[in-house]
Amino acid sequence: MSSAQPLLEVKGIVAGYGSVEVLHQVSLEVREGEIVSLIGGNGAGKSTTLMCTSGVVPLRAGEIWFAGKRIAQAGSGVRADLLVPMGLVQVPEGRRIFPRMTVLENLMMGAYTRNDPAGIAKDLEHVYQLFDILKTRSSQLGGTLSGGEQQMLAIGRAIMSRPRLLMMDEPSMGIAPLLVARIFEAVRELNREGLTILLVEQNARAALKLSKRGYVLETGRVTLSDDADKLLVDPRVREAYLGD
Amino acid sequence: MTETEVFFQQVIIGLSNGMIIALVALGYTMVYGIVELINFAHGDVFTLGGFLALTIIGALGAAAIIDPSTLGDSSNWMLLVGLVLASGVFCGALNMSIDRVVYKPLRRASKLTQLVAAIGVSFILVNIAQFWGGLPMEVFNDGVSATAPKDFPDVLDWQTNLLGEDSAIALRVEDVAIFAITIPLMVGLTLFVKKTRLGRGMRATAQNPVAARLMGIDTDRVISATFAIGGFLAGAASVMYAVFNNSITYQQMGFRAGMDAFTAAVLGGIGSLPGAMLGGVLIGLIRAMSDQYIETRWTNVVVFGVLILILVFRPSGLLGLKQREKV
Repeated sequence: MSSAQPLLEVKGIVAGYGSVEVLHQVSLEVREGEIVSLIGGNGAGKSTTLMCTSGVVPLRAGEIWFAGKRIAQAGSGVRADLLVPMGLVQVPEGRRIFPRMTVLENLMMGAYTRNDPAGIAKDLEHVYQLFDILKTRSSQLGGTLSGGEQQMLAIGRAIMSRPRLLMMDEPSMGIAPLLVARIFEAVRELNREGLTILLVEQNARAALKLSKRGYVLETGRVTLSDDADKLLVDPRVREAYLGD
Repeated sequence: MTETEVFFQQVIIGLSNGMIIALVALGYTMVYGIVELINFAHGDVFTLGGFLALTIIGALGAAAIIDPSTLGDSSNWMLLVGLVLASGVFCGALNMSIDRVVYKPLRRASKLTQLVAAIGVSFILVNIAQFWGGLPMEVFNDGVSATAPKDFPDVLDWQTNLLGEDSAIALRVEDVAIFAITIPLMVGLTLFVKKTRLGRGMRATAQNPVAARLMGIDTDRVISATFAIGGFLAGAASVMYAVFNNSITYQQMGFRAGMDAFTAAVLGGIGSLPGAMLGGVLIGLIRAMSDQYIETRWTNVVVFGVLILILVFRPSGLLGLKQREKV
């Protein structure tokens, strides 16, 4: 492990909804330049972890640090809308694109907090390069795209926010296998360009193959964490998440 | 008057009333689009706009304004625009404050709780209007009867027929003023929502509030702005209503305008801005035609009959298709 401070540090967070506690004690870290996977079954708390990090779900205990700043602790935190300009950007589960906006309008929503037209134009070109289908469909309404195209749109929209850390929640969910490969390829490409990525996936094998390190989340607790290639051969992971 | 002339006269009346209803309906539909609340206090915010306008006229000296010889002056147009702005800002601030104090703490409560709260706010505003009408000002009959309808003076020339003295159809300056005020407001709102940063934030929040937050949109601010804009439009509408009807009341005015506007918003497709505009104009026309060709006392029945038919056969309204623009 390098001695540099991690880009994202989640320290023992506890969170939930109403009387239900979803995260009992979750800690993880993501270092600059890494792809880190967070794997686990349905309801393990993967999405909640991301929503806490994005400032949407408040913490009950613990702390979250990003780029050397504490962004959340019990009872308080940096507002969600201020995290995006800091470079903390999420591609949410289920894509959550804006259905009655065009593809281009959706992409520009990603640049909502930005004020550098030249940089925005450059990033738009970059998105179109990554997913050329978005350029073809730029004037089509977001709601009329296929699931895979919507996922590409959601990723493109996040890139328009110029992230330092991109958190992706189940990018392969409900998407045709051919497009899943295309999306994972894009994730790899973005990482090669220097983007740090925290990847939440049920498709554990594909996610771990892509990642440097991984965490296994079970009912609100991290039960395993190791280098991705070690997790891929770990018997407990193989049995529970890789279907071996 | 020939049958045709009668018909066109009713069209003018219907369009004038319809534009006012449309402005109020926009406030309903915008707020619903963004927080899924039917703001039943909206009609009463509208009422208070009328009371503010009348208070301002009283303070400026009612006599000078009612003098018929000054009615054609440009200063009267300025007064009208001034009243529209003053009532608009007042109602915008009021609507935003109501959201902050009452609706915001209930944002995660059940829809029923929010609805009951809105009805409660409506009662409070009606009582404020009643109190206001009892103030010892000349324009309020020195507060002799708080609940009596208050005369609203003519601000503009209402006698000259713009179509010529010989025309049986009357088109008055007041009618033109309604279009001259409401159309720019609607165009302005449409451009605001389409083109500005805050407008894009409103559309995004209406379409997916969580995604909007993940884009870095301060959704609380967007919601406040939505209430403010909806209130502004209601305040502007209340002045036009008062000028057009020469009378304001503490309860009936807001209740009726609110119901008409709510029906208009549902008719057009709740959440849709063009829908609220279309619905408002249609309800205005339906009212005018029913007044003329059925009977005035049946008009409310006709309007609510329309509402029920819409809810049964096309609950999403005329323009409430999934692909349509919501806020």
